[in-house]
Amino acid sequence: MVEPAPQHASLRTIMTTTITFPLAGKTFRQRATQEPVWVRRSLIGLALVFLTLFLFVPLISVFYEALKKGMEVYVAAITDPDAVSAIKLTLLVAAIAVPLNLIFGIAAAWAIAKFEFRGKNLLITLIDLPFSVSPVVSGLIYVLVFGLQGWLGPWLAEHDLKIIFAVPGIVLATVFVTVPFIARELIPLMQAQGTEEEEAAVVLGASGWQTFYHVTLPNIKWGLLYGAILCNARAMGEFGAVSVVSGHIRGSTNTMPLHVEILYNEYNFAAAFAVASLLALLALVTLALKTLIEFRNKQHQKQRGLE
Amino acid sequence: MSSFKQYSILPGFNLALGFTLLYLSLIVLIPLSAAFIRTAELTWPEFWSIATTPRVLASYRLTFGASFAAATVNAFFGLLVAWVLVRYHFPGKKIVDALVDLPFALPTAVAGIALTALYAGNGWIGQFLEPLGIKVAFTPLGIFVALTFIGLPFVVRTVQPVLEDIETELEEAAATLGANRWQTFTRVIFPALYPALMTGFALAFARAIGEYGSVIFIAGNMPMISEITPLLIITKLEQYDYAGATALSVVMLVISFTLLLIINLLQWWSRRRSMQA
Amino acid sequence: MSIEVISLSKQFGTFTALHDVSLQVHSGELLALLGPSGSGKTTLLRVIAGLETADSGQVLFHGEDATDQHVRDRQVGFVFQHYALFRNMTIFQNVAFGLNVRPKKFRPSKEEIHDRVMKLLHLVQLDWLADRYPHQLSGGQRQRIALARALAVEPKVLLLDEPFGALDAKVRKELRSWLRRLHDDMHITSVFVTHDQEEALEVADRVVVMNEGRIEQVGTPDEVYDQPANPFVYEFLGNVNLFHSRLHRGRAWIGDLEVDVPEHAEAEELVAIAYVRPHEIEVERTQNGEAALAAQIVHILSVGPIVRLELVRENDKERHPVHAEISKERFRELQLTKGEKVFIKPRRLDLFPNYPQSQLKH
Repeated sequence: MVEPAPQHASLRTIMTTTITFPLAGKTFRQRATQEPVWVRRSLIGLALVFLTLFLFVPLISVFYEALKKGMEVYVAAITDPDAVSAIKLTLLVAAIAVPLNLIFGIAAAWAIAKFEFRGKNLLITLIDLPFSVSPVVSGLIYVLVFGLQGWLGPWLAEHDLKIIFAVPGIVLATVFVTVPFIARELIPLMQAQGTEEEEAAVVLGASGWQTFYHVTLPNIKWGLLYGAILCNARAMGEFGAVSVVSGHIRGSTNTMPLHVEILYNEYNFAAAFAVASLLALLALVTLALKTLIEFRNKQHQKQRGLE
Repeated sequence: MSSFKQYSILPGFNLALGFTLLYLSLIVLIPLSAAFIRTAELTWPEFWSIATTPRVLASYRLTFGASFAAATVNAFFGLLVAWVLVRYHFPGKKIVDALVDLPFALPTAVAGIALTALYAGNGWIGQFLEPLGIKVAFTPLGIFVALTFIGLPFVVRTVQPVLEDIETELEEAAATLGANRWQTFTRVIFPALYPALMTGFALAFARAIGEYGSVIFIAGNMPMISEITPLLIITKLEQYDYAGATALSVVMLVISFTLLLIINLLQWWSRRRSMQA
Repeated sequence: MSIEVISLSKQFGTFTALHDVSLQVHSGELLALLGPSGSGKTTLLRVIAGLETADSGQVLFHGEDATDQHVRDRQVGFVFQHYALFRNMTIFQNVAFGLNVRPKKFRPSKEEIHDRVMKLLHLVQLDWLADRYPHQLSGGQRQRIALARALAVEPKVLLLDEPFGALDAKVRKELRSWLRRLHDDMHITSVFVTHDQEEALEVADRVVVMNEGRIEQVGTPDEVYDQPANPFVYEFLGNVNLFHSRLHRGRAWIGDLEVDVPEHAEAEELVAIAYVRPHEIEVERTQNGEAALAAQIVHILSVGPIVRLELVRENDKERHPVHAEISKERFRELQLTKGEKVFIKPRRLDLFPNYPQSQLKH
């Protein structure tokens, strides 16, 4: 499976060079190249019907199903000890996976965007690789390495270390599926910013860390945040890969999405949707933050473009 | 100076590249290679017989068929949504625009149970379809619905920026030359969007092929009828059939990498197109 | 501080950016590296700065080998083409950066830094912008801040890459003379890169004309303009007319016109290219008994105090245009109109015998 190239593309157009001036003659211009009103209205209508059926209704239904049996059931479901431990595990996994990929993203983007070397395009493709791997396969490959039948399985068993069907496996699988998120945001951004500012800093006597901390980091902080938010959403919501390596042990190796599955398969729909509603809320917050950052970048760009 | 890298006064190249390669190797490359190396332990006939049993073949047909159908629907509606978002104004447009990314942000398991609840016989949507003899949940049609949901943003988000960049002058030129709106769209705008549309289609298709979480709840998972390939891998794994699971995952990996290559070519084509414009 | 460059060569893949370049920059002078794009001028500047390394050759600062010295230790001030101001810092922070990143023992106190930055901002006449951000400034202001930032670390050498390249015509002119005055006050050894010949001739003490990775000529603005060393320099610096001529024992023929060229007394039956600047062509209504070329006026363009004439020589089947510039007074005196026949005569010309045709622009 291939993940959000598009978001990345839209961010790139916003963050880099294209400066669109508000066209003075736009209203006048559009008239010559616009469809009749009835066509416009039908197209808007058709698009909205499609989006309503496939996006809005499913989203609303999550909250509806969660609260159908009343607030008490809802609260009971999300304060259930197993649910709480699933929430804790999900937060823990994200708290490890996101910083790791953050460091990786910065390192990869620094090497790729600020230097010219051979094999760069191959490296970029390798970074993207996890997006194109099915989540189930992403989990399986870790079973092949760390599982009992795997390469390191016997050695791990001997030393009483557990990776598969335990928290480390969940973390590894999550890290795998979220490897590209931050790197892909930073690479085009840092490429667009070029190397002149960093060179200027070095000429003025700054050390490597000073250059990075005072010059590069402030320039990429929003891209970094953007990538981290998307990375976090995926890390908390990953299902397929984690499902393969988790072992589904209640209260111990269940993340929130896995807990949703268990509750659902037990026909405990209200509870399943209650936990799902927390994840849906996370998705909405993610989208809101993402939109906010994009909006901020657009404003920023406009401000800088119009001076 | 080595010819591998151009000279630069900026520091940290070795550290950054070294860390990048180490991390990628440990997290991505070595585990991925495990699938290939383990499969290499099988003989070719063994591999072939695992990868082509009737049940497996049925799962390929279903996975590819449903993914293709979903990606096609997404290509059409994705183009429509992108067009409406770029060209028209209507109340709530900003919110709609933001929510288009919902399938990226919403965990797949949540999407799965929500869609299942909606399309079940007593669900909000299912109750209207059932009397018409249309069953969605627990049938291949349900898989198509789930894959349409998760693939929706891809086409919109690849076409949207290209559409934004098309200069109105191009359309004005067509208009002054006597083309009507439909001609302008089919002969001027559509060709410019085509590479991006294909890229979006390929991305949605590739994502759908590997999808698991949103599908398993709505699919019914009946062997030969509504069982997708990723699920089959899990089933084999749960039966401790590691060789079978690994062989199937190699098939999927080869398909994914081929699609990745095609997508890269499409993006390259798309970029070249937009640069020439 | 003087700079010496000894046979620098630099290759980018198959492209030769510098080809055995040697150059001497005198202490305190303002030197221009002038050339078309791809001539290697920016590469030379970056090698001097330490931003690039050369494949071979040496860079000496004040007679000492600096070839392997890191840019941080070279004590150069570098002004980037697009200014490279730190966009997340205020103007004050930008100028103070070089001082603030010094190790604690070498770092001036806060008050000292403040004083020095404000002094520099005053020098570039932008002290009132200290709290603004780069994107709030105009191009010309940014350029001056970039200069102030480079000067803040008290460099021994100031290097400027196309300092006025991104500015509009009027601001360019102003900044040019401002830079000249600044240099006259500070006398810091400075090298700047430009592709604009007018800029180089107007600002620099000496001009280095570069082409295809080589130095074509080094000299004062007057020298390179009045005595170009070769056809490339001739054509690159200012407008010029080109005539094909025959050369034999100190005499040259352009069509029917015969000219004495004592410096080519040795020449025997050579083909030569003759260059004449438009303002060195005399225009007369009558031949006056002297040798001259008959020509017809095809176009008259009056620009301020100067009138530009486009002429075509009689008997020139290919109708190559000849450009002449005369003063407005002279133009009125002659009462010229389009289509008229006149006589033209070069007041001064330069001959380059046997110059390969392929190297010429036209």
